[in-house]
This record gives sequence, structure tokens and C-alpha cells, in this order.
Amino acid sequence: MSVAVENRKDTAEPQPKSRNKEKSSDWSRRAPLLPALIFTIVLTQLPFIATLVISFMNWNAYYPDERGFAGLDNFRRVFTDENMRQSVITTIVLTATVVIVSLVLGMMIALLLDRKFRGRGVVRTMMIAPFLVVPVAAALLWKHALYNPEYGLFNGLITAIWKLFGSDNPPQPDWISEAPLVSIEVSLIWQWTPFMMLILLAGLQSRPLDVVEAAEIDGASKWQIFRYMTFPHMRQYLELGALLGSIYVVQTFDAVFVITSGGLGTANLPFTIYQTFYSEQDYGRASAAGVVVVLGTILIATFALRTVSTLFKEEGR
Amino acid sequence: MTSTPDVGPVPATRTSGGKERKTRKPRAGAMLGVLAWLVGLVFITPILWMVLTSLHSESDAATNPPSVAAPLTLEGYKEFFGASSGASPWPSLANSMTASLVSTALVLILALPAAYALSIRPVRKWTDVMFFFLSTKMLPVVAGLLPLYLFAQQVGLLDNIWLLSIFYTAMNVPIAVWMLRSFLAEVPVEMLEAASMDGAGFIRTLKDVLAPVVMPGIAATALICFIFSWNELLFARVLTATVAQTAPVFLTGFVTSQGLFLAKVCAASLVVSLPVLIAGFAAQDKLVQGLSMGAVK
Repeated sequence: MSVAVENRKDTAEPQPKSRNKEKSSDWSRRAPLLPALIFTIVLTQLPFIATLVISFMNWNAYYPDERGFAGLDNFRRVFTDENMRQSVITTIVLTATVVIVSLVLGMMIALLLDRKFRGRGVVRTMMIAPFLVVPVAAALLWKHALYNPEYGLFNGLITAIWKLFGSDNPPQPDWISEAPLVSIEVSLIWQWTPFMMLILLAGLQSRPLDVVEAAEIDGASKWQIFRYMTFPHMRQYLELGALLGSIYVVQTFDAVFVITSGGLGTANLPFTIYQTFYSEQDYGRASAAGVVVVLGTILIATFALRTVSTLFKEEGR
Repeated sequence: MTSTPDVGPVPATRTSGGKERKTRKPRAGAMLGVLAWLVGLVFITPILWMVLTSLHSESDAATNPPSVAAPLTLEGYKEFFGASSGASPWPSLANSMTASLVSTALVLILALPAAYALSIRPVRKWTDVMFFFLSTKMLPVVAGLLPLYLFAQQVGLLDNIWLLSIFYTAMNVPIAVWMLRSFLAEVPVEMLEAASMDGAGFIRTLKDVLAPVVMPGIAATALICFIFSWNELLFARVLTATVAQTAPVFLTGFVTSQGLFLAKVCAASLVVSLPVLIAGFAAQDKLVQGLSMGAVK
């Protein structure tokens, strides 16, 4: 098993010495941890407290004189605002689509790459590359070089293929305006499939092969091996991929910003909050939206953390 | 990660080199190999297309159907580096380099001792601390952005690359702690015990026992933190303007079409992605462990 967080508790138990010594040893253990811990708390937790405070305030930088306590006003506006509700739905659809499709594709490709064939290393390198393109650059590439209705690669290929069959009026869809959200999703799936593939491939290659071989000798069918051995083993890797993918994809900003600039119903929560605060300068409402997002994330994260906990425990056996 | 075939004799795990399982129908096997190649080609095509387009003249880049065999030129790169517009991307590339390197160094300074205190000589309830670090990564950054922006405004550090570096450090410390902990936890306890029994002091143990084993892990962690900082757009977009503008922010200048500019866009995207491609391939073997925060080897 290669889930790395193994149990080292036994070494953590302090030696039964005098109480004073135990205390000073505790602090010498803690000291190296404190700078990172305090730094992280100050820079990630304090801002959220500030956001919470601002969310109860009437604060728009365009109207500095009207600053004051607003009660639950901002929250009411967040929940009744059509744009905000739409961006909640967009966020869920975008995240779920990208994570699920990337996982399924990543699993199939990992299964392909788990076999031995000529040039496997080259194919693996080719597969990783999309993940190593700067997200803004990737979004620009898809928007201008691939999706563009006049000179993008997709329509160019359609023209070339149609010409091959002697047709002079090939379809030239305007991909982004006809399917804006799908356009964004496809570009993100292109970037995230390699990520899922890497995690799942590592999972496949950590399968205890001797047990599988024993099962084969005992006459287990391929399907039985997949159903009762490979799948249970891969489950935690699938869960991990889904968890990490969700953490990252839910925060997608670059692709939305570049490909559609949040238009055509593609504004997700990070983009909408960014716009509320950066363009409309409505600090109160942006903060209230931020608080709602954080509460939603905590709900999901509690569930997700429990998943990670099981990873922890399995290793502790 | 253990994806390379033919690695050492690890029992119980797959060493898929040696003998293939049974004799499979060779034709089906060859088909699957071809399929894998096809899939790989599909995924790499956009990047190959980006490289090819960046090397075409603007008029050749914008044809329909595509002119694959058009003559190659470096015009697009010259244009990106400001041949005619005079807008040089160098300051923004330098800013990105500064923010990425400074934040990566700070991350290591903070995260290495922390990872030590969570693995080699663990504090009590170290799992709780680990989960705290993880949970900070789950909170959407956009929700904390406004107070950080207001703070920067108050202290007059808007459009300042050093403040951005500090924020990037905070963004990456949790990932680095998780990663480094997983690398440190691989060091066998017996090795440390043996060192202390031989009378090696703390510094010597660090230098001669720990460092050689953990170095590749530290390098991979640094590369991944570098990549995350280099890629970041939202913070940079909000907190920087003209002076401290980073490369991704510079790229957002290409969001709206500006006539014939495809070769230039492709050249720009490629140049900005180059450090990440290099860092990524350098860290390739440990990429999974890093991206999964050490959960998968």
C-alpha cells in the first residue's frame, strides 16, 4: 500500500520521565512547528475573520459615506440575487463535470498505460504535458488557436476534411458562443485528465501482483479479479483523485476569466465574487458571498476529510 | 512514485518488467498499445499546434484550413518580446521569477522544520495539525482575497512583488508541509537510531543521515511550489498593476482578439509555460506524490 501517512504514534509517546523534563521536551518538539503554524494561521485564518466582519457591513468603495452596519442585508441580497444563484449552479456543474470526466478518462488511460507496450515512457510524457501548461496560457491556446470560428484548429480541420470529400461549405460552428460552459469544461478536462491519470496509475502499479497471480491460478476470471481485487484497491485512489480534483477545480478562475470573461452564463463563484469586489467594489456583498462559499466548502470538506481519514487509518493497520 | 518499470526488487508490488502475465492474445495487446499512442497524440496535439503556430508568420497562422507546411519564422517571438509594440514582457517575467523563487525559499524555511516536527520527532496530536494544514487548502482563496487586498491598500503595498511573494508563501506552506512530511516519514527510524547510537549529534544527523535521503523530496517540493506560484493569476490580478505585474497577468492582455495575433499569442503562451514545463518534467518522478500532497507515492 502506498498511501504515505503511516502511523508513527509509537515514537511520539514521550518517555516516562519527570514532569518538568517532559514539558520542556514537548516544547522542543513544538518549536520547529510554530513558525509555519503561526504564519499559516495569520495569513489564512485572520482574513476569513475579516471577511466575516465585512459581510455584516454596508461597504461599497464607490459610496464611502454610506459605510456602516448592515445586519443580514448582504446575505439576503446574496440569496436573492439571480446572478449569484446562477453562479452557484455553474460552479457545481463545472466542478462535477470536470472532475468526473477527468476521473473516468484518467482511469481508462491509466489502464492503457499500465500495460507494457513500445514507447510507453514517451506516451506517458505526452500525457503529462497538458498539465504543465500555465493555466492562463492553456485557456488562451484553447480560446484563440483551437476554438476560434475563423482560424481555429477545430474549424480548420473540419474545412480540410470537408474539402477532402469535395464539399465547399463545411460547418463552421462558433464553439464558445454555442456551448460556452462546455468549451471551458473541455479545456479544463484536457488539463486535469493527466493529473487523475498519474494518481490512478500510481494506484494500479501498487497493486499486490502476487495476490492477483494467486487468484488467477485459482481460476478467478478477469472480471472477478477486477471486481473483487482491482476495484476495491483502486477505490481509495479514485476518492483521492476526486477530492483533490474538487479542491482545485472548484476554485477555477483563469479559464472562466480568459475564455468567456464570465459571460454567457459561465460565471462561477470565484469569478462572481471577484467581480463583485473588483469591478462593482461592493465589499459587503462580496464578503457575504465569500462567507456562504466557505460555509458550503466546510460542509463538503467535512465529508471529504472523513474520506482522507480512512486513508490514514488503512495505513495504520 | 513507482511507475517506472523494471525498478528494484520490491516484493509484493508490481515489477511489470520481467514476465508479462500469461500469454495474452498478441493482436489485442498490440491494438491497445496503438490505442494508447492515439490517446497520447490527442492530448499532445494542442501543444504541438501551439509550437507550430508560434513558428508561423501571422498570415500563415490564421488560415482556414490550416497551413501546416508554411515556412517557419521567429516573428511571433520577436513580436511577443516587443519588436513593434515596445511592450516588453521581461519585467513581468522577472516579477514572476522573483515571486516564485522568493516564496519557494520561504516555504522551505517554514515547512522543513514543521515537517520535521510532524514526522521525525512528532508533536502530540500531529495528525490534527496535518488536518489543519489540509483544511486551509480547502477554503476557497477568493473568500480571503478582499481583506488581504484592503490590508495591502492600507499599508501601501499594493502592486508590490514582495507582498505577493508572502501571500504565495502562505498559499504553498500547507502543501509543502504535507509533501515534506511524507518524504521525511520514509526515512527509516532505525537509521536515525543507529546514528544517535553511533554518537552523531543533531546537526550531523541532519547533514549526513537525513539530508541525502530527503534531498530528492525537497527538490520535488520546491519545484511544485515554484509551479503553483508561477501559475497563479487571481491574487496577482487583484494585487498587482503595472510595476509588480506577473507573467500570467501579462498574458491576460491577450484575452480579447487583436487582429492577426495568433502566432504572438502562441509564442507568449509557450514562453510563459516553459519554466513550468521544465520544472514539471524535472520533478516528473515525484509529481504524483507532490500533487497529491504526499498521499500517493
